[in-house]
Amino acid sequence: MRLTALVAALGAFLASSAEAAQTHIAVAANFTEPAKEIAALFNQKTGHEAVLSFGASGAFFTQITHGAPFEVFLSADSERPKAAVNGGFALADSLFTYAIGKLVLWSRVIDVTDGEAALKAGQFQKLSIANPVAAPYGTAAVEAMKALGLYDALQPKIVQGNSIAQAFQFVDTRNAEVGFVALSQLYGVTAGTRWEVPQTLYSPIRQDAVLLKTGADSEASKAFLEFLKGPEARAIIERFGYALN
Amino acid sequence: MTDGETIRAAFKGTLGKFSLDAGFTAPAKGVTALFGPSGCGKTTVLRCIAGLLRLPDGLCVVGGDVWQDRDGAFLPTHKRPLGYVFQEASLFAHLSVRRNLMFGAPHSEGDAGRGRIAFDEVVELLSLTALLDRAPGKLSGGERQRVAIGRALLSQPKLLLMDEPLSALDRATKGEILPFLERLRDRLSLPIVYITHAIAEVERLADQIVLMDKGRVIGAGPLDELQSDPALPLAIARDAAVTLDGVIEKHDSGYGLLTLSVGGGSLIVPAPKASTGEHRRVRVIAGDVSLAREPPGLSSILNVLPARIVSATPVEADEIIAVLALGADGSGARLLSRLTRKSWEQLRLAEGTSVYAQVKAVALAPGRGELG
Amino acid sequence: MLGLPSDIWVPIQLTIELAAITTLSLLVVATPLAWWLARSRAAWKEGVAAIVSLPIVLPPTVLGFYLLILLGPDGPGGAIASLWGARTLAFTFTGLVIGSIVSSMPFVVQPIRNAFAAIGDRPLEVAATLRASPRRAFWTVALPLASPGLLTGAVLGFAHTVGEFGVVLMIGGNIPGRTRVMSTAIFDFVETMRWRDANMLAGGMVVFAFAVILSMILLEKRFARARA
Repeated sequence: MRLTALVAALGAFLASSAEAAQTHIAVAANFTEPAKEIAALFNQKTGHEAVLSFGASGAFFTQITHGAPFEVFLSADSERPKAAVNGGFALADSLFTYAIGKLVLWSRVIDVTDGEAALKAGQFQKLSIANPVAAPYGTAAVEAMKALGLYDALQPKIVQGNSIAQAFQFVDTRNAEVGFVALSQLYGVTAGTRWEVPQTLYSPIRQDAVLLKTGADSEASKAFLEFLKGPEARAIIERFGYALN
Repeated sequence: MTDGETIRAAFKGTLGKFSLDAGFTAPAKGVTALFGPSGCGKTTVLRCIAGLLRLPDGLCVVGGDVWQDRDGAFLPTHKRPLGYVFQEASLFAHLSVRRNLMFGAPHSEGDAGRGRIAFDEVVELLSLTALLDRAPGKLSGGERQRVAIGRALLSQPKLLLMDEPLSALDRATKGEILPFLERLRDRLSLPIVYITHAIAEVERLADQIVLMDKGRVIGAGPLDELQSDPALPLAIARDAAVTLDGVIEKHDSGYGLLTLSVGGGSLIVPAPKASTGEHRRVRVIAGDVSLAREPPGLSSILNVLPARIVSATPVEADEIIAVLALGADGSGARLLSRLTRKSWEQLRLAEGTSVYAQVKAVALAPGRGELG
Repeated sequence: MLGLPSDIWVPIQLTIELAAITTLSLLVVATPLAWWLARSRAAWKEGVAAIVSLPIVLPPTVLGFYLLILLGPDGPGGAIASLWGARTLAFTFTGLVIGSIVSSMPFVVQPIRNAFAAIGDRPLEVAATLRASPRRAFWTVALPLASPGLLTGAVLGFAHTVGEFGVVLMIGGNIPGRTRVMSTAIFDFVETMRWRDANMLAGGMVVFAFAVILSMILLEKRFARARA
């Protein structure tokens, strides 16, 4: 009698664990904080666990095309998810824009509240950006500076971090007086001054998500992407300083 | 002796489980041997004299110069004018023999001519000419040791310390190097403190001996005195012997015999021709000396000397070591005789008795005789 | 140079300069440190040895982060840089040299320490009995006897700096002609899918490092044979 109860309980436990699965997500570095909150809420609501890895979208893309075991890809741009689809690594109909990044000029040393004036004045030795070759925020920064006609003047002062996180670090440690970072990185940061770069100066940084072939049969992966489109996730995303589609 | 003529050393301390409390005074010339069984502390004392080991409770005064005293004075090793020869030659592997030799030599011409040991002199003394441009790795053990000795000499030391320089060498090589050491002793007026656990080396080289055991000095003084002191282990050892300094009186070329005078008598030794007046060391083993109460009749033994019994010490179960003084009045050099208790009692021998010492075999110590 | 475009040739030149300067600086810094580690009887010396070895264990991101702080306006680097009107040593070749010195230090200290320890006490005691002061004994006895170890340390330090990626990435800022060394240049080529250039640079790096290491090893053997 006692034994059957035990077996039944065990069975129920195993069954419910089979329900609650894991999904492995590659997340663009700039989306780190919102991703953590969304994953926590996701786990609360569905019981599924989203295992997050943060890093440069370019690096993730290379890894994915060489067989890395990610099931979902949250990129910092729109090119890489598209390339993944074209390369047969991702499912075309799962692709959507989950956030639109906002570029911000930030400084802990000088006042950049009027960012354009500060850039024109050039009262700084180093300007930090993410490597344009590797990160879309870097590309956007270069676009913005060119649109302002300041790129040539500023170019000798540019230092590149290999990711937006590193670009942020350069400014945060005050090694660079100013830098172009993601608005989402400044969530909860009160230090320093900032200037939201007008959207007219750079092409929108569409951050696209896509389900990878490895996650095609993963309920948890599909559930995550659905959750990401949902109202609770969108509220979080907006709160962190992204625009929505 | 004044301070300028002695080497005074005294060290006290504990190293791990070993406790040292040893001191002695030696003359600042000739060879003083530090002798004793392995582990008795001889090397420790030598390293203290050199300053390689620093025991706070230590005293070292060499020829009047204070190298260490108990008030905290301590001259570091590289400031002490000494030479040190280790048991393994320890030549610098990255330098040629010539550069090894010159390593410690002073750069300036300073005391040139005033008792300074010259490069050519050392090379000749130790037969190093053929080795000068070789690499140390290509030398034999004996050759390396000769270079090490030369290197120590060329640093113009006032005191030469040698730590068992022959024990790492095989018997034949030992025999090759000993004459070099004797030449060193005879030609350079340099005091030498020489560690060994081989009594044969002591007998050939030493003038003074410091006996050590278990970290203590148990006897110090001229060699022949300590060899014939029944209170010390030397005299009662199985191979006990005395080494006497003899002066050549004459040579009998017909029979190839040398007559040497020692204190209180003469000894006849088979030996090649040598000049009158030269010194030779002579070794007499206790077991080769028998005693008679009357002058013995015709016998093949050449050496029969009147002597007087100084003391008698029982050893083993039934043997006696008797110390004799040569000469009818018993005032000459000391010899040892080993005899059975039975003979002792039968001949009714006692301290003070006049006897005739019959020495069956006498060997010349230097260059002759076996290194037992 | 060599018919190569400057975006390939300049990183190579920069890398070689960085490795050479780092290696020489390391020999100067690591040798006394290794000597102390080999000879000292201080109770805390193994603690120091552990600290020196940390860069082997720490991920470059951690190392790079601490270096950023050290080199930046809030650290000693900033103080030094202010001497010539700059705010930080990050993003400079000097900063890279410092970072490379820190990250390659354990590879240089270890073989030199071992070489010094292998000498033992005897040669130095002999030198002392031959009137050599401790300083003279170091230069004329210890150093020559330990020279194979110094050579090994130099080779390892050089090779490690050439291959160093993480730290350079963290503090370099990827400035062309200043801090864009081979490793970061390759990173860029991979990011922009310029596979041919990436391969050329990476392959060249491997060949060069191999040649350096091989010739040093052969030289070391020649040394050892001459001594035996």
